[in-house]
Amino acid sequence: MTDTAEPIDAATANSGGRSLRFGTKAYLYASLLIVAAIIIIPLITTALGGFKTLGELRGNAFGLPSTWMWSNYGDILMSHRYWLQMGNSLLIAGLTVFLVLALSAMAAFVFAHVRFFGSQFLLNYFLIGLMFPAATAILPLFIRIRDLGLLDTYWGVVLPQVAFGLGMSILLFRNYFRGLPSELFDAAFVDGAGYFRFFWHIALPLSRPIIATVGIISFVGSWNSYILPLIMLNTESRYPWPLGIMVYRGEFSTDWQLILAFITLTITPTIVVFFAAQKHIIAGLTAGAVK
Amino acid sequence: MSQIAPALEAAPTAVLHTRRRRGVRGKWPIIVLFLPPALVLFTLFVILPMGEAAWYSFYNWNGYGLPTEWIGFKNYELIFKQSAFRNALINNGLIIVVSICVQIPLALWLATMVTKSIKGAVVFRLIFFLPYVLADVAAGMIWRFVYDGEFGLVANIYEFFGQNAPFWLADKNVAFSAVLGVIVWKYFGFHMMLFIAGLQAIDKSVLEAADIDGATGWQKFFKVTLPLLGSTVRLSVFFAVVGSLQLFDMIMPLTGGGPSNSTQTLVTFLYSFGVMRMQVGFGSAVGVVLFVICVTLAFSYKRIFMRND
Repeated sequence: MTDTAEPIDAATANSGGRSLRFGTKAYLYASLLIVAAIIIIPLITTALGGFKTLGELRGNAFGLPSTWMWSNYGDILMSHRYWLQMGNSLLIAGLTVFLVLALSAMAAFVFAHVRFFGSQFLLNYFLIGLMFPAATAILPLFIRIRDLGLLDTYWGVVLPQVAFGLGMSILLFRNYFRGLPSELFDAAFVDGAGYFRFFWHIALPLSRPIIATVGIISFVGSWNSYILPLIMLNTESRYPWPLGIMVYRGEFSTDWQLILAFITLTITPTIVVFFAAQKHIIAGLTAGAVK
Repeated sequence: MSQIAPALEAAPTAVLHTRRRRGVRGKWPIIVLFLPPALVLFTLFVILPMGEAAWYSFYNWNGYGLPTEWIGFKNYELIFKQSAFRNALINNGLIIVVSICVQIPLALWLATMVTKSIKGAVVFRLIFFLPYVLADVAAGMIWRFVYDGEFGLVANIYEFFGQNAPFWLADKNVAFSAVLGVIVWKYFGFHMMLFIAGLQAIDKSVLEAADIDGATGWQKFFKVTLPLLGSTVRLSVFFAVVGSLQLFDMIMPLTGGGPSNSTQTLVTFLYSFGVMRMQVGFGSAVGVVLFVICVTLAFSYKRIFMRND
């Protein structure tokens, strides 16, 4: 960057399309590659470590395995627990996404398009939820779930997750609904449509982008969540994978090759989905922040 | 969290105006059917528990039966007497400092590079964002392996130089620095994305004008780009603060708050001393303290720094 002192070079360096000077380019790529290596090396060595023996990890954690221990991965993939945990996570995340979408779209529609006394107050009430994490009230939450008889059930995790997701989701939906052109409403109402038909046949079909955003935020949040299942679930057969990974580590405490294989298999779905749908996921996860 | 103020201010009054002439026909059925599900769930699992935390915090209670043993502010006194709590407070503060001094400059530096027209810029963006998408628990577990003094990457590096590797995560003087490294690794990509969005929103003609005036690359960055990114920087710091106060999932697989409570954060403290010991009163008091810190920081930060954003 220091070699862009001349105005002409500075101009080409920053306006897209034209090529950069060789020195600038080398500097850019060197920096980017170093950072990329720091990101990727822990991930690659984790995946490779799963193919090694424990003895080999001691001296050769970076390189390729001398003999590929496919059985480390094979045993996990053949085991009931891996698929069970993935299934549990999927079920919990699926229920959470469905409920967040349904409840927040409905509530947000009212806030966006129905004028009534106290609507501003109620909206602000929901926005209180944005101000503190679920962890602050985790003990009373545990007692509430216990008293409702939902301890150690999927609902005991799903319902608090949905509740804590509502603030952000309602806000995103409401802002989106408000942005729909008002001519649509006038036309619909002139044609005799009521609020329900308008919501179902016009507003929702036009809201695919925001449905995707809210869906992605809730899905990723639920898929990765740890503290709520940790507190609400006791039975191992109901554990989602982040809890399962901790249990697995507890069992095989120093058999790092197995733990590494297990970690790799549990994060593979995330990585595959991320690269397959990167545009939507990045947009979704940063939308909540920027909007 | 960050959305409150913009949402309230952004309410477009023009839209409200046109809406008024439409009749109120059929208004109540939709209100009565569409609002209550969200309202009930939210009240039951967000608002009431927070209120109950304030109530329970005045009792010595193990969670069974009803809370009867009123002890006033004793739980709060206990909290502030614990050295583990002081560690947690300091650690949360350190996370914020490192985020501001290391993570955000790093994110901004990388954002300026991946927004240049170079081959592979998109691939780099993806790679840098990848850790953010991974679960905290998985990231923590991966780095526990990296830091392992016998089988991990650190062990292998030390061995390469013929040295015995230290167990960083087991050394109370080093462990939290190691944790801070993982935090930067995990979250800088998110901040980078914020900056990319911010950089793309900058009007190119301003930079071209600076070129014409003969500004150098550094001058353009510090005199034009950075001031125009002001709101993004403030937003980024805000998320760093919020994230610090929630940090839990990643600490558990790395250190669980140890050794000697040297890596506790506020939430791991709440978990270790409230949940694990089923001290509902004490844990609730910690929750209330955390709540007060969250709300105070959020409001004062917005008041002071984000008033015009």
